Amino acid sequence: MSASAHGSETPKDKVGRLARLRREGGALHDYRAPHWDEPLIMEMGTPGERGVLVPLAEPDVTAAIGAAADYIPAGMARAAAPDLPEISQHQALRHYLRLSQMTLGMDLGSDISEGTCTMKYSPKLHEELIRGHKAADLHPLQDESTMQGLLEIVYDCGQYLKAISGMDAITLQPGGGSHAVYTNACVMRAYFAARGELPRRNEMITTIFSHPCDAATPMVAGFNVITVMPDENGYPDLEAVKAAVSEKTAGCMITNPEDTGIYNPRIDEYVKVIHDAGGLCFTDQANANGILGVARARDAGFDACHFNLHKTFSSPHGCEGPATGAYLVSDTLAPYLPVPLVTKVGENYHLDYDRPQSIGRVRGFLGNWMGVIRAYAWIRNLGADGLREVAEISVLNNNYLDNLLMAIRGVSRPYAEGHRRLDQVRYSLETLKQETGVGTEDVRGRMIDFGIQSFWMSHHPWVVPEPFTPEPCETYSKADLDEWAAVIRKVSDEAYADAASVKSAPHASSIAKMKRLEALEQPDQWAFTWRAYKRKIKEKR
Amino acid sequence: MAERPFIHPYIPNSVPATKQAMLDELGLKSVEEIYAEIPERLRFKGRLEIPAPILAERDLERHMVGLLGKNTSCEEFLNFCGAGCWQHYVPAIVDEVINRAEFVSAYCGGEYSDLGKYQARFEFNSQLGELLDLDAVANPIYDWGDVAGRSFRMASRITGRKRVLYPRTMSPMRLAEAKTLCQPEVMPTHVRLEAVDYDPATGCMDLVDLDRKLGDDVAAVYLENPGYLGFIEAGAAEIVRRAHARGALAIVGVDPIALGVLVPPGSIGADIACGDIQALGMHMHAGGGCSGFIAFRDDDPVYAQECPLELYTLLETEAGEYAVAEAIAERTSYGARDQGKDWVGTASGLWTIAAAVYMTVMGPQGFKELGETCIARAHFAAKRLAELDGVRIRLSPAFFKEFVVDFAGTGTPVAEINTKLLEKGVFGGKDLSAEFPELGQSALYCVTEYHSQADIDYLAFALKEVLA
Repeated sequence: MSASAHGSETPKDKVGRLARLRREGGALHDYRAPHWDEPLIMEMGTPGERGVLVPLAEPDVTAAIGAAADYIPAGMARAAAPDLPEISQHQALRHYLRLSQMTLGMDLGSDISEGTCTMKYSPKLHEELIRGHKAADLHPLQDESTMQGLLEIVYDCGQYLKAISGMDAITLQPGGGSHAVYTNACVMRAYFAARGELPRRNEMITTIFSHPCDAATPMVAGFNVITVMPDENGYPDLEAVKAAVSEKTAGCMITNPEDTGIYNPRIDEYVKVIHDAGGLCFTDQANANGILGVARARDAGFDACHFNLHKTFSSPHGCEGPATGAYLVSDTLAPYLPVPLVTKVGENYHLDYDRPQSIGRVRGFLGNWMGVIRAYAWIRNLGADGLREVAEISVLNNNYLDNLLMAIRGVSRPYAEGHRRLDQVRYSLETLKQETGVGTEDVRGRMIDFGIQSFWMSHHPWVVPEPFTPEPCETYSKADLDEWAAVIRKVSDEAYADAASVKSAPHASSIAKMKRLEALEQPDQWAFTWRAYKRKIKEKR
Repeated sequence: MAERPFIHPYIPNSVPATKQAMLDELGLKSVEEIYAEIPERLRFKGRLEIPAPILAERDLERHMVGLLGKNTSCEEFLNFCGAGCWQHYVPAIVDEVINRAEFVSAYCGGEYSDLGKYQARFEFNSQLGELLDLDAVANPIYDWGDVAGRSFRMASRITGRKRVLYPRTMSPMRLAEAKTLCQPEVMPTHVRLEAVDYDPATGCMDLVDLDRKLGDDVAAVYLENPGYLGFIEAGAAEIVRRAHARGALAIVGVDPIALGVLVPPGSIGADIACGDIQALGMHMHAGGGCSGFIAFRDDDPVYAQECPLELYTLLETEAGEYAVAEAIAERTSYGARDQGKDWVGTASGLWTIAAAVYMTVMGPQGFKELGETCIARAHFAAKRLAELDGVRIRLSPAFFKEFVVDFAGTGTPVAEINTKLLEKGVFGGKDLSAEFPELGQSALYCVTEYHSQADIDYLAFALKEVLA
C-alpha cells in the first residue's frame, strides 16, 4: 500500500542522494514502516485453542473442598463465558510481536522529536536489574527487614535528588510527573488547612507555558486556577502575577525553563511576589535536564519541586508508564508529605507511617520503585560531574540543533530574540503554513516516512501558532542532530515544491490515512471496545 | 569538571572534539555562554553531594546486584500476603512481549508511527470490556484507590450530587487515596464519602444501613466484589438496584481476575466499574505492578464525556485497515487544562499491554479454571488453618482468593506470628488488627493458583510450629 519515501529512485540515485545529504549535514533513512495488516486479536484464533494452561486444584484439594462453584453465592456466578480470544501461544506471541514492530520506540528511532518528554537512552543494565526476582517479585507489605536493599536504594536516591534540588525532604510515592504535581497541590492545601487559611486561600497561579497538569491538578485539589500569559518576550508577565496575587493566593505552580526553553532570569522575583502575599511556590521540573548541577529550585526560593524519573533520570517511558514522580519540599512542608516515608536509623531503613500531619496517600503501597532503582543506578553511574555533563551536552545539543533549524525556510522561533534556550525550544511553522499551506500536523505526518518519530507540537492551547518542540537531550550524537534537522529541511523543501505530497503523508507508514474521523467526537460512531464496534459500526454495515 | 575528559557511553557528544566542533559551529567558547541566561545569583556554585561515579558497567552491576541481593523475594519465601497486590503466575509470554524494546522505549508517538501501541491499547480495552461486560474502557492510570476516587468524582459530576457511599470493608489504603481526591470538607468542591456498615457475620454490605444512608443527594454507591477482605459481595445486584432506585449511580470495584467465575459488573447493572489490573500479568514490583482502570456504560454519552481518562476508538483507513485514535480528547487536562475532567498523565501504559497479552493467552477457559483453582485452594487453605488450635476463619464462607484468619484464640498477636513466620521462610497474611480492630487479631491471607497444595501444607505446618 505504501510508496517509499523516495519513490522510484534507482540504486545509483540513492547513493548520490545519501552522499549529497551527508555533505549537507544529515543522511535520511529510506524508511519503510513494517506493514503487517494485522487483524485485531479479537478476530483471531479458533474456539478451543489455549494460550497457556493454568494449574488445576490437586485431587486432595478437590476431595476436601468439592466444587469451586458451590462457594459462589446465588446469582453471583458468571453466566456466560467472556468473549475473549482463544488462540495458541505462538500465534498470540506473533501477533503482539508484530504490534511491537509497528511501534517506533525510542530505542529504534530518534526521539529528539518528543520535546517536553526528555527521551533519553534508558540503559539496558537497568532493565535486567528490575526484571530479576529480587526486584520484580517483592510484595509491598513484606516485612521491611526483607527489603532493606530496596529501601536503601530509595533512601539514597532521595538523598541525591535532595542534593540536586536543594530541598529538604522527598517522597517517591507519586506514580508519574503529573501525580507529583497533584501531590504538591494536596500538600499546599494541607499546609493552609493547618494554618486555618482555607478556604480563604483558594487561588493557585500558573502560567500558560507550564504543563497542563500545573493547572489541572490544583483544580482537582479544590483551588481556582489563575493562568498568567507570557509578556512580549515570552516570560510569564510579572505585572500580571503582581495583579493576580491577593489574600486569596495559595501559591504558584510554574515551570522554569518553560516549554519554550526560555529560562526566566527573574524567577526569584516571582517567588518573592508570591511569598510576600503569603503563598507557596512550586516549580515543575519534569524537564530538568538542562539545569542538573547548574541551578537548584531551592536556591531560587521555591518551597517545593518535582522530577520525572522517567524523563530526566533515564527510566524508560514504556508506552506512557509506569512512571515515577519524585516530589521534594522544604522543611516547612515536610510534615504534610504522603505516608510512608523512607527513613534511616543507624544502618537500618524503615517505612515511617507515624506522620500525623500527612495528607495521607496519593497512591497505594509504596510507589513505582522500578523507576527509583533505575534512577539510582543512573545517578551512581554518572556522579556529580557526569550529571553536570548531561546538562551541558543537553544545552549544547539544543543550541546546535537550533542553529540548523533556524536556517530552514518556514521555521521561526518566537519570543526572546537574542536569548539562548536551554534544553528545548518551541518553534513555529506559521510561515511555512502561510506560504505553502503545509502546517505543523502535516509536517508531523511526513517526517515519520524517514524513520523519525513524529514531533511533539505543543500542549493546548497553541499560544505559539503551528508549533513544534524538539528536545535533543544528551543521548543524541551530532549525526543524530544533523539527521533530524535534515528531515525538517527535506519536508520544508517538499512543502514549497509539492505541498500536496506532504499533506497526503505518511506514505511509508504501517497504515494508510485514517478516515471516519467523526468517530472521535460522535457518540454513535466512537467505539472504545471491540464489542461496541461490533454493535455500533460492524453490524450496521 | 574532571581533569580527564569525561567520555560517557550514554553521551556521544561528550567526546571533546565533537563538543568543540559544535561550539565552533555556534561561535561559542564554552557552554557557559549559554548558561549566561541564568543569572549568577541563581547559579549553583558548589558540587553536588553525590558519591563518586561507578563508571564501568560491570562495576555498577556488581554494586546493584549487591544492594538488591539484600532483599528477600517472594520466589525465595512463600508469600501469602495480597491485600491489593497479589502474587499470581505471570506467563513467560507476557514478559517477552512487554520487554520488547519498541514497547519499553515508546512514549507519545502518533497513531501512524506507533500503530502497534495504539492497537495493543485497544485490544486491552476490548478484552477487559469482555471480562467486565461493559462497552467502554478507558486508558488505565495509577491504581485502584486512585480510580475509585476518580469514579466518585465522575459520578458526582454526572449526577450533580456531592455524597458517595462506600463499604466500611473497603481497603483503608484505597480509601485514603480516594479521600485525598475528594478533598477535605473545608474545600467548597469537596465530595463527601460516607461508610456503609457491614454484616459482622459475612462482611457483606448491611442493606439496612445502606437504606438509612441512601438519599436523593447520593451521587453513587460503591461496592467491591470480591471485597477487600476477600468475601464475595452476595448483595451486589441488590445494592445496584437500590442505588438506582434513588437516582444514584452504581460503581463496582472489582479484581478482574475473578471474572472467569464471578458475575461481571455490567451484568448486574453497574454504571461504572473500577479496579486494578495488577493480577492480569504484572509482577508485584513491591506495588509498582498496580494500575487502575475505569470502565462504564456507553448507552449514554455523558459517561464518556465525564470520564477523566483517555479514550481510544477504533477507526478504519482509506486502505481498509484498522487504526486507533484518541477520542473526545478536548475534555482531558491535556485539552482543557483546569477546565478538564481531573487530569491525565503518564501512568501505566506498559502494564496495559501486559494485561492484553495475559487476557489473550488465558482466554475464557483459562480465566474459568484459574478462578476455580483460586477458590479451591483458598478454601483448602482456610480449612487447614481452621484446624489449628485457637484459629478461626471470619466473615462469609463464600470468598474468592483471600480470607480473614483470626488468631485471637491463640493468644499470639498477628505481628508476632508474622515475625516468627519469617524464620520459616513465609510471608504471612496482612495484619488487619489496626485497620479492623473489631476482627480481633486477624490477618488477611491470600492463596492463588500460584500456590500448590504443598505450599499450603507447608503454611499450615509453619503456623502450627509458630503457635506451638
